[in-house]
Amino acid sequence: MKGNFIDNLPKVYGIYTGGFIGFIIIMAIAEQMGMTAKAIGIAFVAFTVFIYALIGWLSRTAQADAYYVAGRQVPTVFNGMATAADWMSGASFVAMAGGIYFKGYGYMALLVGWTGGYVLVASLLAPYLRKFGCYTVPDFIGTRYGGNLARFSAVVVLTVASFTYVTAQINATGTIASVALDIPFQYAVYVGLVSILLCSMLGGMRGVTWTQVAQYIVLIIAYLLPVFWISNKMGAGFFPHFMLADEVARIGELEQQFGFVKNAAADLKTVPKGLAGITKAHSAVNATPWAFISLALAMMMGTASLPHVMMRYFTTPSVKAARKSVGWSLFFIFLLYSSAPMLATLSKLSLIDPNLPTGIIGKTFAEVEAIDWYQNWNQANLMFISDFNGNGTLELNEFFMGGKAVVLATPEIAGLPYVISGLVAAGGMAAAMSTADGLILAIANAISHDVYYKIIDPKAETAKRLLVARVLLVVIGFAGATIAAMEIQGILGSVIWAFDFAMSGLFFPLVLGVWWKRANRQGAIAGMLGGLAAGAWYLVWVRTGGSGFLGITQLTFGIFGSAVSLVLMVVVSLMTAEPDKATQKMVDDVRVPSGKSILGRSH
Amino acid sequence: MSNQQKHWEKTRGLLFITLAIWFVFSIGIFLFGAEMNEVTGPFGYPWTYWFTCQGSLGAFVILIFWFANRQEKIDEEFGFSEREDE
Repeated sequence: MKGNFIDNLPKVYGIYTGGFIGFIIIMAIAEQMGMTAKAIGIAFVAFTVFIYALIGWLSRTAQADAYYVAGRQVPTVFNGMATAADWMSGASFVAMAGGIYFKGYGYMALLVGWTGGYVLVASLLAPYLRKFGCYTVPDFIGTRYGGNLARFSAVVVLTVASFTYVTAQINATGTIASVALDIPFQYAVYVGLVSILLCSMLGGMRGVTWTQVAQYIVLIIAYLLPVFWISNKMGAGFFPHFMLADEVARIGELEQQFGFVKNAAADLKTVPKGLAGITKAHSAVNATPWAFISLALAMMMGTASLPHVMMRYFTTPSVKAARKSVGWSLFFIFLLYSSAPMLATLSKLSLIDPNLPTGIIGKTFAEVEAIDWYQNWNQANLMFISDFNGNGTLELNEFFMGGKAVVLATPEIAGLPYVISGLVAAGGMAAAMSTADGLILAIANAISHDVYYKIIDPKAETAKRLLVARVLLVVIGFAGATIAAMEIQGILGSVIWAFDFAMSGLFFPLVLGVWWKRANRQGAIAGMLGGLAAGAWYLVWVRTGGSGFLGITQLTFGIFGSAVSLVLMVVVSLMTAEPDKATQKMVDDVRVPSGKSILGRSH
Repeated sequence: MSNQQKHWEKTRGLLFITLAIWFVFSIGIFLFGAEMNEVTGPFGYPWTYWFTCQGSLGAFVILIFWFANRQEKIDEEFGFSEREDE
């Protein structure tokens, strides 16, 4: 190929996408020729992980600006794809449609929150931090406010938030690897970890960027193809997003007809852990305005504070490109998020509508227990039925399912070939790996650049800095995997906590750093540490039986944390001296796109 | 007022407009979620349901691109846009 790599990107990824589709077709043919389901699953996961590792190896580098910010030459659209993969975690891929399926409107606050946050990223932060020219988020805090304590406080908040998040992602890679490769979870977690490190260790941000683009392509094909296929097969409409209104209305009708019968507590005890029944209306408004808005708001402010997202915009060639790139990121995220409710609708209708051949409600227990897919998913502990009222037919309140089953089992229920299930496993793996990579890199970079290089040993040579960065990457990865292997908190719970921690400590120190010249070091430190402490206290208080106030729950504790952070930051800043002239000049320079960045190209 | 101050004033004005639109689609309409859901909206979905699935999400995508274009115009107007070779 002529020209350099960047100019050839559309061609490179075009060939890659074609190759991946070719691989899907080969697998489909192999299935017809008698390849077993298990072998297809292994082939999909092994093949895609091998490609990512290859990209990671090709992107190896020994330069600081390539390692930390991919040489600042990632084009707008490709950075959008990489950010989308970075952003959409195992939770988005595997658990989101399930959440919508079970909880309906109240849960969909997450869809609004996890997209609306990008408006804040684009308008309040990303372009200014790009102009600043920092390598990491604490790099901005440390330079804008000055002093090692401010820098270190930012590293603390970043580590708490990102580490909470990363254990959930390693857990998700482990779950998928254990199912697809058929190995015990405790080992599968480390298989997942090694795959993650292969992408990031040699090339740092450069390696992660180009693998994330590849992972986005896999995950979006793996999510959209089944949704469109199922919709067509069910006769629901060839373009589900615009054509499922009748199906949504039909679910409402069936809900009325069946009613939401409440099960006795003793009966519910017999249901395996983690499975749930349908107890909430599908499309009706089932949450108070404040419950919905507070969750959406917490997720939006959390989005704008999570360092692994913010640092993706440090890699664009210009400030202008950073802004546009946020738009592209959200566009690529929109493709998946707007499909999740459609998948939930199709999945639910195919299971509960007695008029459809796949519907199981109203059938006898003997009939349901004879269905192949029911047996498979019952064995995998993701489906369960029990005749509570003893009438021999399955009622809506007697059917239980795991949240993951909506994405994992719906293709099989709809009668799609197994190759689609293999594809979905590869997509889930891509989603979890790409997010874990971004997070581990964010933590390792903050510690290696901000703590080691800027605070401990400012004279360290590039080679030594990058060695430290890589050692930290491995250490943090293993720490995350060890905790993930203990399975303390469910995937989605810890993801939401990460957003709350990030917004408690970082939202206002970041935003006011650009938008309020008067904000000073003392205020920022008080805001970061005070906000984080207040948020953590509230979480512990509610978890240990505290009643909470203003309807703030353990999922939205960041609203309290960030409010404390704002008040502390403003009050302490006003009580202490204003920032010096040099700092004020720095803020002025950040506010215009033209001219040199504040920090040098290599620093 | 210096050129830079004027630039910042306009930038701030754009921020307020952007945040106002953001507020409507992320918070404002959900204050009336229950009432709005009674009415049939785009493609036959109930209004509130449609906003949570597609409407608000799509509005954010459009809003960011619109914001980016407006900000570029402001930067050009005051001569602060970046040169390609920088």
